[in-house]
Amino acid sequence: MSVFIIRRLIQSVIVVAVMSFIVFVGVNVVGDPVDMLINPEADQAEIARVIRDLGLDRPLHEQYLFFVKNALQGDLGKSFIFGESALKLIVQRIPATFELALTALVMAVFIGVPLGVYAGMRPTAMSSRAIMAGSILGFSLPTFWVGLMMIMVFAVMLGWLPSTGRGDTVMVMGIEVSFLTVDGLRHLFMPALNLALLKISLVIRLARAGTREAMHQDYVKFARAKGLSETRVILVHVLKNIMIPVVTVLGLEFGSLIAFSVVTESVFAWPGMGKLLIDSLHNLDRPIIVAYLMIIVLVFVVINLLVDILYSVLDPRVRIKDAGQ
Amino acid sequence: MSEVVEQAAPVAVETPLQRFVSDFCDNKIAVVAFVVLVSVIFIALFAPWISPTDPYDLAKVSILDSRLEPGTKNMDGGTFWLGTDSAGRDLLSSIFYGLRISLGVGVMSGVIALCIGSAIGLMAAYYGGKIDTLIMRIVDIQLSFPAILVALILISVLGKGVDKVIIALVLVQWAYYARTVRGSALVERNKEYIEAATCLALGNNRIVFRHLLPNCLPPLIVVGTVQTAHAISLEATLSFLGVGLPITEPSLGLLIANGFEVMLSGLYWVSFFPGIALLITIVSINLVGDQLRDVLNPRLQK
Repeated sequence: MSVFIIRRLIQSVIVVAVMSFIVFVGVNVVGDPVDMLINPEADQAEIARVIRDLGLDRPLHEQYLFFVKNALQGDLGKSFIFGESALKLIVQRIPATFELALTALVMAVFIGVPLGVYAGMRPTAMSSRAIMAGSILGFSLPTFWVGLMMIMVFAVMLGWLPSTGRGDTVMVMGIEVSFLTVDGLRHLFMPALNLALLKISLVIRLARAGTREAMHQDYVKFARAKGLSETRVILVHVLKNIMIPVVTVLGLEFGSLIAFSVVTESVFAWPGMGKLLIDSLHNLDRPIIVAYLMIIVLVFVVINLLVDILYSVLDPRVRIKDAGQ
Repeated sequence: MSEVVEQAAPVAVETPLQRFVSDFCDNKIAVVAFVVLVSVIFIALFAPWISPTDPYDLAKVSILDSRLEPGTKNMDGGTFWLGTDSAGRDLLSSIFYGLRISLGVGVMSGVIALCIGSAIGLMAAYYGGKIDTLIMRIVDIQLSFPAILVALILISVLGKGVDKVIIALVLVQWAYYARTVRGSALVERNKEYIEAATCLALGNNRIVFRHLLPNCLPPLIVVGTVQTAHAISLEATLSFLGVGLPITEPSLGLLIANGFEVMLSGLYWVSFFPGIALLITIVSINLVGDQLRDVLNPRLQK
């Protein structure tokens, strides 16, 4: 077990090192670092000073070590636009993104599971077919376009929900959250649903397949033979068993929700870190881009590592196979 | 006895291609999707000839025609079937031209990724050992990151432009092809015909490309269709976010982004119709891909 974890840890460190190298090469070799890292409005003396400070007059390998040293100390440069530490700006935006992703995850479960179970119980009914057709459409629809259409219908035409921002927020343990105020909830609903759409389609399929399988199992027959009501059979016996794959897959998909929030945040002007990345790409605020890339890679490496370890705990075959290689 | 032979004969005459076509036609929805897809490709190829107007010819576009609703007549007697955008361009023509760019970028990146990915996958399967382990580790690591994230990372490092977007899409997709080809090549590699080719002392290249590759094609075709749909969708997303194609190459994603700017003032059609065009393209490719998977899967064959 510990050998497995150590191997995975080493692999994660290599991935982060390779990514830092790619980002470094992208900024310093492919592009012009003076152009990329120094505020375009700086004067000649300022440029000379920053070049000296950043070590851009030194050989490349020394520059890379310098970049790594600063990154390890949490110094990824200062934003041109905000004039603050890039790292700090991104960390400030993390709660908004996580709130959106978590809400989407919860929505995927609470909308996807009932629809999937229903479709699994009556596989041939017209309503079930409609649900399945909807889930196929959910896979094909481009997320950003659905977001636009939601804004058009619910914000512009009907005027029910606001289309941008987080609304009123309250502080909980030093973190700003929207979901505890009515206004915040109204702002949260559309972006979260938009982000959840793909995952709802996925959960519907998982829940339907699980239910169809479970309905023929002995424990369901036994529960019915005991004279339990159909509601109890579904809610307790079937649901308990189909939730295992649903929870596993959604755990794996949490990372992709954070990645996709870049799109949703841009459509709904949700002030998370994905929106910050897109704004920075438009404003050429390079320190923020570099910092975002390093942080998101770190987040993903940690998520992947946790999933791998969790898997090896749940399924011993994974770590045995890996040790054998 | 002779009667039996005669009855059996027509079945034996059926070529693999004929069987493939008749299997494919079993599913009515897939046939409709195929027809739609062919029409979309036709429109994309011949956009300059079949569009009602040239939306990028500044001499013909009039600002007076801007923001007209779908179905409005213009002064020359023609009709703006899908309305106009805020610069007065006919939306239907813009969509035709946009399809051309979206499909072009999607297909080109798909083909390049297919070539690179399958060459790498074949190499991994054929040589095995350390090369295989290294390549597959890289593939696994890349696939553990969502495609949109990999694309955003590459775009922020590479910058904007048509070539950059294609490079990013290729780098996002190659891993899927590599994994698919390696999987089926590993199965094929141990079959007798490869052994026979090796006994004939044929060169490595010849065995890999003339014997191994043709037998790995079916799953590759399926992954190819699905990945092309993904590439088109991803390009549209990147262009919508303003980090994909430049405004000189107005793909469907950019058209939708244009519409977003005027949508809040109630002009729904400017982003609605390009989105529908994108949706039709992606759904028809996916449906054709689904049916191809069923037809090409030997386990499902009758």
